[in-house]
Amino acid sequence: MATEKLSMAQALNRALRDSLTEDPSVYVFGEDVGPLGGVFRITDGLTAEFGEDRCFDTPLAESGIVGMAVGMAMNGMRPVVEMQFDAFAYPAFEQIVSHVAKTRNRTRGRVGLPIVIRVPFAGGIGGVEHHCDSSEAYYAHTPGLKVVTPATPEDAYHLLREAIASPDPVVFMEPKKLYWAKEEVDFDHPAPPAMGKAVIRREGTDATLIAYGPSVPTALEAAEAAAQEGRSLQVVDVRSPVPFDDETVCAAVRSTGRAVVIAEASGYASVASEIVARVTERCFHSLAAPVRRVTGFDIPFPPPKLERYQLPGVDRILDAVDDLQWEDQ
Amino acid sequence: MAEHQGLLPSERPLQLLDETGTPVDGSGLAMPDNRRLLEAYTSLVIGRRVNDQAGALVRQGRLAVYPSSHGQEACQTGAALALADGDWLFPTYRDTAAVIARGVDAVEVLTLLKGDWHAGYDPYAHNVAPQATPLATQLLHAVGVAHAARLRGEDTVVMALCGDGATSEGDFHEALNFAAVFKAPVVFFVQNNEYAISVPLARQSAAPSLAHKGVGYGVQGERVDGNDTAAVLAVLERAAESARSGGGPRLVEAHTYRMQAHTNADDDTRYRDSGEVDPWVERDPLTRMEKYLKRKRVLTKAKQAEITEAAEAVAAHMREGVAKDTDPEPAELFAHVFADPTPQLNEQAAFLADELSREGN
Repeated sequence: MATEKLSMAQALNRALRDSLTEDPSVYVFGEDVGPLGGVFRITDGLTAEFGEDRCFDTPLAESGIVGMAVGMAMNGMRPVVEMQFDAFAYPAFEQIVSHVAKTRNRTRGRVGLPIVIRVPFAGGIGGVEHHCDSSEAYYAHTPGLKVVTPATPEDAYHLLREAIASPDPVVFMEPKKLYWAKEEVDFDHPAPPAMGKAVIRREGTDATLIAYGPSVPTALEAAEAAAQEGRSLQVVDVRSPVPFDDETVCAAVRSTGRAVVIAEASGYASVASEIVARVTERCFHSLAAPVRRVTGFDIPFPPPKLERYQLPGVDRILDAVDDLQWEDQ
Repeated sequence: MAEHQGLLPSERPLQLLDETGTPVDGSGLAMPDNRRLLEAYTSLVIGRRVNDQAGALVRQGRLAVYPSSHGQEACQTGAALALADGDWLFPTYRDTAAVIARGVDAVEVLTLLKGDWHAGYDPYAHNVAPQATPLATQLLHAVGVAHAARLRGEDTVVMALCGDGATSEGDFHEALNFAAVFKAPVVFFVQNNEYAISVPLARQSAAPSLAHKGVGYGVQGERVDGNDTAAVLAVLERAAESARSGGGPRLVEAHTYRMQAHTNADDDTRYRDSGEVDPWVERDPLTRMEKYLKRKRVLTKAKQAEITEAAEAVAAHMREGVAKDTDPEPAELFAHVFADPTPQLNEQAAFLADELSREGN
């Protein structure tokens, strides 16, 4: 079997299954991840296959889940924990920021914590309040955490395998709205490392769209629409907000001389603003126009009937591209 | 008797020796043997010396600060001595004496307060977690270590320390609950010293005792006189053996008192009268144990001299180690953030190195 058509949810499930099979130190736990298989079914069938020691339900307390993972990792295990939704991970914030992120440094490298914290995140599913936050900036701002987010089923599989094998803690942000998107996933070929590596999703010569997670398909759609109008847009999938791949992103921007950064999260003090700053610092002399951002407004995530105004859409992206000072050409 | 009543602590804290060092009815608690008590007394004396010496080093400007366990040495001793070699200790910032009693080098422990790094010792060398500064967070780590051991079929016990203030934190409750649900072999040992910095116990909890908090989680609570070394040791050993043999977690509250201010930076005259502190001098854990052991003729003059000498050796080692002027290496700041530094950290390390070279360093 070289490839198989899978949804992102199925690809993540396969990654967990393969990691549990290959590494007896991997343990999966969280809320409803046992017999139910998780509210998004990412852990479907794992308790039945690996037993309730390897994939188990915990009491409903996120700080407890992450705190226990810290201890298990200190004692030789590789915990993979699920936070049920982005905003439900906040009770675990102290454990993540003060311990998961800092223990290696605190102990001068003696105690590493190979923990994966899976966080279904972002909007686009018509979710009610507390179910649609884009919380990546909180984690990306914290030294000691790696923060990755897949945009395709194939990346979801390989990135999660890589995150579980990583000696460092990884906050694994899963774009909920892409859980059911399907593609052919290649399991046989060892994928090149994706953590810390951005990837060019579409070649283009006029401007570069930089996106990650849930915004990547939107960026690709925008590039397709632009092509109809004769404009060639390149699309870069960041994949790994931390560590960030300056090299690939900057090479891409230099090749076109124009860039738009796209993300669902509110723009102020965000991953998108960091990308704009980095690109501007490094590529200033190659830029024909200031780097633009298309992000969420600086508002709490809207109720379902208003969320379309918050999410970066094709038109808003194309408007930003139009603003990149083409008149000078 | 309803099942939950078996989880409730005794009406009064358990005691084996009263304030005069006279044996009392221990309500079924067995007195440790003389050899063990002498070992505990040695640890008490060293613990007191460690506290005094660290305080002096702060006054000399050698340590930034020191949260002393003066008066709580019975708890420090009990926590360390109740554990077997493969067991784990999860200490807080006030538990330096317990960490040293567990075998960690005194100078390495003081690295944090000396300002050279955060945790100065290897947690795996003696199975002692870094001293926790945030309150109660370490209790969940203790549950995780215990759960991992239980899953592997090991008979490890984890001793998780916290103070009375920490029992108000959410993580305290999550830790008790998780430990109970997973039957994790953890002894939660609360040193109730009556104060969280300036806030007295009455503002911390309206429960009949902190040990009563166990019943809500299905965890047996126990109360012990925290200045009675014999009782503390006996209660903690019993709790550890219960946890080791599959009995799940236990919550032990020691009633003790913080004889000194929170740290040297604190002024306790702003929130308590010296009249409140004085009665606790009479309850000092060292004199109580000393009286008992002398009466039993276990503590001879020669033995006493030997113990004093051992404590002085630890103090001398602390003075010497802390007095050494060290120059922590700035490049190390980037070395342990991740297993391998990211390209960004390498850039920043190079930036700092360049800055230092231009300064002629």
